[in-house]
Amino acid sequence: MNILRKSDLKRIVACAILFAAVQGLLFAEIIGPFWELNIVLICINIILAVSLNLINGYTGQFSIGHAGFLAVGAYTGAIMTVKLGFPFEVALVVGTVAAGFLGFLIGLPTLRLNGDYLAIATLGLGEIIRICILNIDYVGGASGLMGIPRFTTFAWVFWIMIFVIFFIKNFKNSSYGRCCLAIRENEIAADTMGIDTTKYKVMAFTLGAAFAGTAGVLFSHYFYIAHPASFTFMRSFDILTMVVLGGLGSMTGSITGAVLLTFISAYLAEYPEWRMIIYSATMIVLMLHRPQGLFGNKELSMKMFGLGGGKDGRTAESK
Amino acid sequence: MEELLKVNDISVVFGGLRAVSNFSMTINKGELIGLIGPNGAGKTTAFNMITGVYTPTEGEIIFNGTKTSGKKSYQVTQLGMARTFQNIRLFSELSVIDNVKVAYNMHVKYGLVEAIGRFGRYFDEEDKITEMAMDLLKIFHLEDKADELAKNLPYGEQRRLEIARALATGPKLLLLDEPAAGMNPQETKELMELIRWIREKFDLAILLIEHDMGLVMGVCERIYVLEYGLCIANGTPDEIKHNKRVIEAYLGEEVL
Repeated sequence: MNILRKSDLKRIVACAILFAAVQGLLFAEIIGPFWELNIVLICINIILAVSLNLINGYTGQFSIGHAGFLAVGAYTGAIMTVKLGFPFEVALVVGTVAAGFLGFLIGLPTLRLNGDYLAIATLGLGEIIRICILNIDYVGGASGLMGIPRFTTFAWVFWIMIFVIFFIKNFKNSSYGRCCLAIRENEIAADTMGIDTTKYKVMAFTLGAAFAGTAGVLFSHYFYIAHPASFTFMRSFDILTMVVLGGLGSMTGSITGAVLLTFISAYLAEYPEWRMIIYSATMIVLMLHRPQGLFGNKELSMKMFGLGGGKDGRTAESK
Repeated sequence: MEELLKVNDISVVFGGLRAVSNFSMTINKGELIGLIGPNGAGKTTAFNMITGVYTPTEGEIIFNGTKTSGKKSYQVTQLGMARTFQNIRLFSELSVIDNVKVAYNMHVKYGLVEAIGRFGRYFDEEDKITEMAMDLLKIFHLEDKADELAKNLPYGEQRRLEIARALATGPKLLLLDEPAAGMNPQETKELMELIRWIREKFDLAILLIEHDMGLVMGVCERIYVLEYGLCIANGTPDEIKHNKRVIEAYLGEEVL
């Protein structure tokens, strides 16, 4: 099992190198503010995609209310720093715990539902969270919560992203992860293997929601503002699209999906009238030819990476 | 002999249908029991009640001194009862070895933090689980296919894998729902040997639902016969073979 530790170490070194490279380019101002923003956005989207993949891809519970947890994290974090004057670190922890706690409370009743019903319930839930926030004057209501200091730096968002990726990777490769996969594959059989299916479903849901909360704190502390319009169900679908595009159940897939889609929308920002058309056309083509997503539920391994080459570095490390 | 499972007068009602009615059975430690009956007699329903999938409307089930009727399926498994399914239910997108590893979840001794941080007992436990799973696969001649996806196995091997997976939970009582379904005579014969051998090796009791009379008569020590949800006979294979009601149930009444 030393091999496992060694490969983890290698991955961390590779992450550090990637970090140093990007950070260096940022310092030298070779990467301008527009792309810096997009790189931060990519990292946030990766956190969102892999955490949603934990729920949808690994545990097989089709949730589409991820933006709701993102909002909870964004607002809770902002309240901590703006209203209560706590440091950013505290905001991160509180935002994560708040979203996780909400995920736990919501998961208990809703995870009894299956398939479509769960999807509808979580969709409604995301909207309920948003509408609630819209009507709370304390956090600015419809005009949003403004004046949030920019605490999120590339370093913060990058290392938190790496932490989340490793967390979920290790989770998956443990008995806990195997139980979640078993539930996805066949819930009745999982039950007869002595797996308390509710417990594991709620566990995955809570963890996924918590990381969405982390992403929310990072999000609001980068863009100076937390606004209800950023957390509509369209945002949930964006995240879901990344996961499905990469392949449900594949972490490297989710990462690639997040990188790809964020890049595409950034490139197409100059052609706003064409953006959604090209975006949806890509999706249609992909779903026609590869309905299981880019990687299916396989992981992109170093070997595949070596053969394929030229892909975004982050995708290979995360395995 | 020590009593392992005691089923007292269980019945279950689905709407207006009394699927199983006042069924009782006893299984002692190490026994190999058969449960037979024509199609739709309620065999699988009885199985589902014993394993906690359904809750009996009446009656109670006592397993190893604990009342299990009303408990959930996973709790019953945790008490030491494992089963296979009539229509195979493997984790088809997982590898063969992962299918078996899942079953060790109840015995894993590391916590969530250890799993995430990869320290403490994580590596030792994972090594141990992999080793135990491989040993089990060897018994079922599946070790060469450990890394293949379960869905890619041929039918007979899927059946064997399902039994291996059930054994991995460490049961005291193993329930097999039509393990020979879809097997050819040669495979059935091998399965018979395997079932006998499993019982000796793992020191457990087995309850078997089967349509293949050769298999049931060949391996079982006692047989219960169900028809229309009622237990119409129980006894040794010889007694069952000559029981008039059983013959009627299977072949129909004699017309004079």
